[in-house]
Amino acid sequence: MTEKPYAIQIDDLTVAYDYKPVLWDIDLKVPEGVLMAIVGPNGAGKSTLIKSILGIIKPIAGSVTIFGKPYKKQVDKVAYVPQKGSVDWDFPTTALDVVMMGTYGSLGWIKRPGQKEKKASLEALEKVGMLEFKNRQISQLSGGQQQRIFLARALVQNASIYLMDEPFQGVDATTEKAIINILKELRKAGKTLIVVHHDLQTVPEYFNWVTFLNVKGIASGPVRDIFNDDNLTKTYGINYKVAVNK
Amino acid sequence: MSLSDYFNLLVSDYTLRTITLGTAVLGAVCGMLGSFAVLRKQSLLGDAISHAALPGIALAFIITGVKDPNLLLIGALVSGLIGTFWIKGIVKRTRLKNDTALGLILSLFFGFGMLLLTFIQKMPNANQAGLDKYLFGQAATLVESDVWVMALVTGLSLLVLLLFWKELKLLLFDPDYTKTLGFNTRFLDILITIFIVLAIVLGLQTVGVVLMSAMLLAPAAAARQWTNNLSTMIIIASIFGAFSGVFGTAISASQDNLSTGPVIVLVAATFVLFSFIFSPGRGILFRQIRFHRNRKELNLKKTLTFMYRIVKDHDNISHPHAIRILNNFHGFTRKTLEQLEKQQLIRVEGNEWAMTEKGFEEAARMYHQIGNNHD
Ligand SMILES: Nc1ncnc2c1ncn2[C@@H]1O[C@H](COP(=O)(O)OP(=O)(O)O)[C@@H](O)[C@H]1O
Ligand SMILES: [Mg+2]
Repeated sequence: MTEKPYAIQIDDLTVAYDYKPVLWDIDLKVPEGVLMAIVGPNGAGKSTLIKSILGIIKPIAGSVTIFGKPYKKQVDKVAYVPQKGSVDWDFPTTALDVVMMGTYGSLGWIKRPGQKEKKASLEALEKVGMLEFKNRQISQLSGGQQQRIFLARALVQNASIYLMDEPFQGVDATTEKAIINILKELRKAGKTLIVVHHDLQTVPEYFNWVTFLNVKGIASGPVRDIFNDDNLTKTYGINYKVAVNK
Repeated sequence: MSLSDYFNLLVSDYTLRTITLGTAVLGAVCGMLGSFAVLRKQSLLGDAISHAALPGIALAFIITGVKDPNLLLIGALVSGLIGTFWIKGIVKRTRLKNDTALGLILSLFFGFGMLLLTFIQKMPNANQAGLDKYLFGQAATLVESDVWVMALVTGLSLLVLLLFWKELKLLLFDPDYTKTLGFNTRFLDILITIFIVLAIVLGLQTVGVVLMSAMLLAPAAAARQWTNNLSTMIIIASIFGAFSGVFGTAISASQDNLSTGPVIVLVAATFVLFSFIFSPGRGILFRQIRFHRNRKELNLKKTLTFMYRIVKDHDNISHPHAIRILNNFHGFTRKTLEQLEKQQLIRVEGNEWAMTEKGFEEAARMYHQIGNNHD
């Protein structure tokens, strides 16, 4: 019997900057088609986990596979939405140009984007409601608009797995709703989404899968089974009864 | 020699033409590659590389015993590259921060280079004199073959730039993302670094170790002020660089005793100063002007909405009111009144003002936009 491989499978992953271990012996299995939140306090290693999955950071030990193969063989299946603060928005370029960068991977070395790529990028811009800003200098966009540009750039990659690092950071309520609707749509289309998320209140509403992380992996599974006070307390170290009970 | 003499000589004098051409090409390639250093926020790297080149020059002389510029520059290239990769190695393997590693290598290599220069000066070899010209450069020693080498490197880097344009742009903006798309960022990084080292080494003879990084950074920093487009920025930086070379050479040739390298750098610095003040988008001057204009505009609007609150409860909107009642209103001056009248938003007669229909519409629109939260 051949089992369907997990979208992402992580075994015994340990990561350290300098000498300090940031992720310790993580095991994680993400089934295909889930919309998963990664929650944990600041400095828990959420961003590091995402970067390790993407091969941006080399782990000390352990392995990561994407649909059963190493990341290097699956680059076309994964799209990344970095934290907004990770780039310099004063870079001399336009919104459309940044979104077009999402097509560079499928183009490969040297080949330039053409009409087809431009059309796909415009469609992605439209999807995130940013079409009218396509020629806008990126430094002239608001924080929420910059976030949507990053989302559009990932959409244009047309991947199977989306890894997003705090896509709701600094966006207003309307934008948050717009983004979550896009994520839910992607899930309906069979995509797997992994989202670093800060607002515990909205986890049950937005996500169907959740991973608790604080240097070690605390728990991972369906929201309705494991999103409870017990796991929250284990992750955040304080009693969360009041905060999340509805 | 005056400047116009210089430009006349440029046509007839072969040496001067060679030097001018050399400094122009050097400026252009520095502007082009400096754009990468500026946008990657690696301004210090150029400084470290150029200082790291000094011991290479000295060692090349000690080993070969001849003062052939090309040989010395190969020495510079080797030690510049070693310095660069040591910096990257230190950052990667230790807990030292980037700027610490840069400072460390810079002073270590430069100190060693100076030590070697002192040692050379004590050597009995008659050839020794003049090696220290690499500290501040000496454009007068440029010969035609130097210009050819510069042109070759410029051509090559242009080719690489055009070939890998998309990848380089991506790397400049978002290196992590570049990696996730499957591009080999190490290769791209090494490619850029090698060309920056090449440009620096080429400039040592003309501009010298100490000021070389300014030559690399100044045109790019100036160019950034004028455009929000990457390719335009690189083109402008090259033009600024080339002009710095030409003007610097012209000024130093027309004033005896001014050494060319520092003058070129000063010209480039003038471009930076001018750009930071006068560029329309980002310059200090226009930002100030915009700021004042906006403030004035805001005061006009404030006064108009204040008037609207007085007027709106009257049946006749054009009913005149005493100017006196505005006196205690913050933001009101006689000048605002004049401005408002000029825009035909109000009419002023004697000591009274009255709103026009246009003014009333405008004010109502603003009033509802802002909300009545001033009450
Ligand atoms: N480049 C880095 N160098 C050194 N330490 C880092 C680096 N990036 C993150 N860290 C440290 O690793 C820990 C986890 O960081 P991160 O993954 O960003 O956490 P989170 O995203 O959950 O807030 C933190 O303690 C942080 O200080
Ligand atoms: Mg983080």
